[in-house]
Amino acid sequence: MTTSQARTLSAPLRVSFDYTRSVGPTLGAFFAGLRERRLVAGRLADGSVVLPPPEFDPATHEPVTDFVEVGPAGTVQSWTWVPEPVAEQPFDRPFAWALVLLDGATAPFLHALDIPYDDLRVGMRVRARWVNEPVGAITDIACFEKLRDQEDPPRDAAGDPPTHGRLITPVNLDYTYAASPEESAFFRGLEQGRILGQRCPACGKVYVPPRGACPVDGVPTTDEVELPGTGTVTTFCIVNVPFLGQKITPPYVSAYVLLDGADIAFLHLILGIEASEVRMGMRVEAVWRPRDEWGTTVENISHFAPTDEPDADFESYKVHL
Amino acid sequence: MSKQPAAVVGVGQTHHRAKREDVSMAGLCREAIDRALLDANLSFDDIDAIVVGKAPDLFEGVMMPELYLAEALGAAGKPLLRVHTAGSVGGSTAIVAASLVQSGVHKRVLTVAFEKQSESNAMWALSVPVPFIMPVHAGAGGYFAPHVRSYIRRSNAPLHIGAVVAAKDRQNALKNPFAHLQNKDTTVESVLASQMLWDPIRYDETCPSSDGACALVIADADTAASVDNPAWIHATAMRSEPTTAAERDQVNPQAGRDAAAYLWKQAGITNPRREIDAVEMYVPFSWFEPMWLENLGFADEGEGWKLTESGVTAMTGDLPVNCSGGVLSSNPIGASGMLRFAEAALQVRGRAGEHQVDGVRRALGHAYGGGSQFFAMWVVGADKPAL
Repeated sequence: MTTSQARTLSAPLRVSFDYTRSVGPTLGAFFAGLRERRLVAGRLADGSVVLPPPEFDPATHEPVTDFVEVGPAGTVQSWTWVPEPVAEQPFDRPFAWALVLLDGATAPFLHALDIPYDDLRVGMRVRARWVNEPVGAITDIACFEKLRDQEDPPRDAAGDPPTHGRLITPVNLDYTYAASPEESAFFRGLEQGRILGQRCPACGKVYVPPRGACPVDGVPTTDEVELPGTGTVTTFCIVNVPFLGQKITPPYVSAYVLLDGADIAFLHLILGIEASEVRMGMRVEAVWRPRDEWGTTVENISHFAPTDEPDADFESYKVHL
Repeated sequence: MSKQPAAVVGVGQTHHRAKREDVSMAGLCREAIDRALLDANLSFDDIDAIVVGKAPDLFEGVMMPELYLAEALGAAGKPLLRVHTAGSVGGSTAIVAASLVQSGVHKRVLTVAFEKQSESNAMWALSVPVPFIMPVHAGAGGYFAPHVRSYIRRSNAPLHIGAVVAAKDRQNALKNPFAHLQNKDTTVESVLASQMLWDPIRYDETCPSSDGACALVIADADTAASVDNPAWIHATAMRSEPTTAAERDQVNPQAGRDAAAYLWKQAGITNPRREIDAVEMYVPFSWFEPMWLENLGFADEGEGWKLTESGVTAMTGDLPVNCSGGVLSSNPIGASGMLRFAEAALQVRGRAGEHQVDGVRRALGHAYGGGSQFFAMWVVGADKPAL
């Protein structure tokens, strides 16, 4: 374990969503062409032929509507080697990305080459290799491959005519989420059943979770303050709406809990009472999960539940609203 | 160099809809841009610079969309800037464009803001679970609902005020052909009967999820002289504050109060309630109308709801708010702030169509974003300001 790993906590964070693309008429022609194994470029006002067609002519600003088929053979203008491919690239082995000037086009097209490193040459002739079942997406072109001498570029049979102008594009982002040193101390405290905040040396306000710097004074917060598991609900929301990626089944009460001795409330779950009975000013206490389930997470506190105390006076928490 | 006068000389927007599957993001922006240029009687050749705004990239999953949009925005060979201040971005984008003219750097600046919410899901994008913390957050509604509850408690407002706002804005939207929601049957009673989503916020008290764009042409005095009824920019203001801080007031945020005070001072306005003739404010959840009425100084603290309840903010009232139908009727998030600024301009130009208020001389456009932490606002007027 390195020093930095020891100092701060980190955990994987995956952000993943299937976006829907409305591609519009110009890129729609390009994608429809791919589905028929054709490369549909746009002819611009200055005579240049560009693949994929730009939606608007950069010089005249008009929509690009003049389509022309190019390729499927072309010439490698430049290439770069990818020694360590990452997930979802065209190959899971080292390969080249290349700029290919397709026959009939005036600007190059970026795609992968299925050609060994030692055979790569600027100026070499290549052709598109199609997947077996094109769907109208850029991945319909598996890659470009060598075009042998005297070989006529193949004319592939057309598939079904295009029927759609929308694409689903899954996006997956894999991050390592790193907590700050102060947050890490807070999360490690939770692993010991302790709630640790920090006090700003300038304004004296106690922040939990600690920030490392006071958001008002901008100075480091160094004084550690241990806080009790009791507090006051300042305000709250009853979440009735389900949504993608939701971790807690609605309805649930998401409440700002102002721990006794803290100067800022934080969001947590309220259970042990009907949602409709939760009140501003209600006194609550942390309900911890069984100790053997504890980790370095706020989820060690299962939820907050009401205590037997009377509600806090509005005046005591109104500056926290 | 002293500040140069600047005016809105062209306004364009799309018909805002749940899904615009027929156009790409570029095509959507161009609909608004082409209308703004036509309105200004200018072409791309007349434009010196382009300023584009949109909300978080996660909403469409396109990182830095301004890169791929450059040619669609007519930016080849010209400066292209992208602005981002979360939900207030449409407003701050317009202010950045205005500042390029007011500073004398450029004469004619095109500005556009957009969102294509149908490509993704904003609630998901705003609720990505973060390791180590409690996953109780639930989109924008989940964020703002507790603060709405705080407002109700602090002001002792009657519980139907949110529904009054929602019914008013939805009825106003019927007069705006560009508005997304066209629900003629919406009443206070129907809003109160709608499902409670993020208690205390009901379904009909929330904004829709829209695809749309808005564009403005902002120009110098020479250009404005050749345009009928330009909307002169009398004042602009932006302020920010931390998302969370000890004892931060999320009901009546300091940054909003400070921005408004500076705005009124710049515009020479001492009594905004009397001197502003129409207001377009950013109200994504209905209760934010009374909250912002107070934050902006139209009402004393705790009194904003009384203006709403008594009909002052209705189209027939003396301080009409969101005659366009507002964010509650159309919410292409990145464009929503610019739409407020654009609708204020339309009001002072006398070009708001059926939702025009008679005799508007000065109007407010307002936007906020993030956790009520970014504020952008402007005052536009029918008269050229004395600078």
